[in-house]
Amino acid sequence: MELLNKIFIAPFVDMVAAPDFLMQVLWEGLVSGVLYSLIALGFVLIFRSSRIFNFAQGIMVVFAALTLVGLHEMGVPAWISVALTLAVMFGLAVSIERIVLRPLVGQPDIILFMATIGITLFLIGFGEIIFGGENKQMITSELGIPTGDFVLEPFGGLLILQHIDITAVLVAAALVVSLLLFLNKTRMGRAIRALGDDHQAALSVGISLQTIWVLVWFIAGIIALVTGIAWGSRAGVSFALEVIAYKALPVLMLGGLESITGAIIGGLMIGMLEKMFEIYWGAPLLGGNTESWFAYVLALVVLLFRPQGLFGEKIIERV
Amino acid sequence: MKDLYEPYVTDDGRTIGGCLMEMKNITLKFGGVVAIKDISFDIREGEIRAIIGPNGAGKSSMLNVISGFYTPSEGEVWYKGSVRPMMKPYEVARQGVGRTFQNIALFEGMSVLDNVMTGRLTHMKASLWEQAIWWGKAEREEVHNREQVEKIIDFLEIQAIRKTPVGRLPYGLKKRVELARALAAEPSLLLLDEPMAGMNVEEKEDMSRFILDVNDEFGTTIALIEHDMGVVMDLSDRVVVMDYGKKIGDGTPDEVRGNQDVIDAYLGVPHA
Ligand SMILES: Nc1ncnc2c1ncn2[C@@H]1O[C@H](COP(=O)(O)OP(=O)(O)OP(=O)(O)O)[C@@H](O)[C@H]1O
Ligand SMILES: [Mg+2]
Repeated sequence: MELLNKIFIAPFVDMVAAPDFLMQVLWEGLVSGVLYSLIALGFVLIFRSSRIFNFAQGIMVVFAALTLVGLHEMGVPAWISVALTLAVMFGLAVSIERIVLRPLVGQPDIILFMATIGITLFLIGFGEIIFGGENKQMITSELGIPTGDFVLEPFGGLLILQHIDITAVLVAAALVVSLLLFLNKTRMGRAIRALGDDHQAALSVGISLQTIWVLVWFIAGIIALVTGIAWGSRAGVSFALEVIAYKALPVLMLGGLESITGAIIGGLMIGMLEKMFEIYWGAPLLGGNTESWFAYVLALVVLLFRPQGLFGEKIIERV
Repeated sequence: MKDLYEPYVTDDGRTIGGCLMEMKNITLKFGGVVAIKDISFDIREGEIRAIIGPNGAGKSSMLNVISGFYTPSEGEVWYKGSVRPMMKPYEVARQGVGRTFQNIALFEGMSVLDNVMTGRLTHMKASLWEQAIWWGKAEREEVHNREQVEKIIDFLEIQAIRKTPVGRLPYGLKKRVELARALAAEPSLLLLDEPMAGMNVEEKEDMSRFILDVNDEFGTTIALIEHDMGVVMDLSDRVVVMDYGKKIGDGTPDEVRGNQDVIDAYLGVPHA
């Protein structure tokens, strides 16, 4: 009885009793959620245009953040470091296309997936050699990102919004919106969508695979840098950052590997649900730390009932 | 013998131009399979050129060589008077060679309009920056591209389904949308791989009319693969006949119809 109460009644009573706290929880979930969406979007773009499941996305976050901080440590001004890091990410996209993707074109998907594991291992080694393996501080204030907070008092309660988080949400949201505009309104964006739909047809209208691949990997690089800055500002810059990119996995399981909308909605959902679960169920009932696994379990449960993901078309087996 | 680079007038009064594309001694191998064996033929400007032959003869392979999807093991492709270096399919497309596919290759998730718009990609030259802020060249280009696309949509009579996602269309209409997309690029040479396969008589008549109209009004040179002999004889100026990767006939429909090798191939006379 007591357990049922703790599962089905008490949490909701708490939510209603302290709506300001519920808002705080949802806000924090949202902050993680936009970043998950952003990373998932990077995965989706690469998957749609090349059928590659990019295992290296996580390490790209670390690599971008390390490069940024490392350059600054060498005395390069903050914003120039950002520009240089973008240039490095572009160089990485070009190299990956030339050295890895182009020779492997037409190989089975699993080979390409293995290749991205290779890229991951290379970036870990390369990053450590150049920037060292120790934990670094993100150059948050040097980039002019405010570090204070707003205190609001909804329902006579208390809601604290960190400036860093607000900035992260705004920048991530702006990036998502510009990506959507780019995909829908520009020539290159149309080409990316077209390539995702049908390779042969895309080639027949003059779309270059190579150009698009460089482009989507560069976009993944930009996303890596933004998430690296946002997450690095809270948790510091180390190889542990990589794990946040893997949160995109359950997002993709929910949203579907090919759906842009799915990635965005799935990311926001997982961000908020895992936070709510942790606070209202995980911590009181399971001793906390549920955020590390909740998303995966949620995705598995959803897949049991909807194997096509939340937004996929119904799969009808051909017999 | 007609001069390859001089126009001539056909018996029914059509003016056919000089050579647009010439295949010289093309051979194509897939491992041990020889799909095309030392074939040469030419396509003249403004003509409708048919490629026919039994199943597996190598017709689609030939179209794929022309459009750069396959690289020939031997031989040269000449286009607009010069030999073509090895090119990727997208580069060939940008040179003005458009195509459709035997198994329809459309962007299933996009609307008819968006599909046809992708045909204009090669005509968009504005920089990313101009596109991003929707300014100057980008805006003018978009307006012009839309006009062209609407013209083709009207021409092929698919106004009613402009906004429909292509995945939902019946087979016959999909074929028409694929043609529209290829046309949107304003190709100099249009390659059609079995544009009427799987259509009923009425749909075939429509498609035949569109092909003739395209050739007539836009002056587009067309090379097409077709199994329906009646259609081939009606549409084409000249026909190449393939069998087991070899060329067994080349000429006007009447010439080809009287060719003993062609008759044998179609009647299934066993190969020596
Ligand atoms: N990508 C490929 N890889 C291996 N073999 C191929 C490939 N494409 C075609 N072939 C082979 O080449 C030969 C000719 O095939 P092709 O598709 O060109 O014939 P076709 O004349 O278009 O036939 P159909 O009328 O059935 O479309 C066949 O034996 C086919 O199996
Ligand atoms: Mg064929």
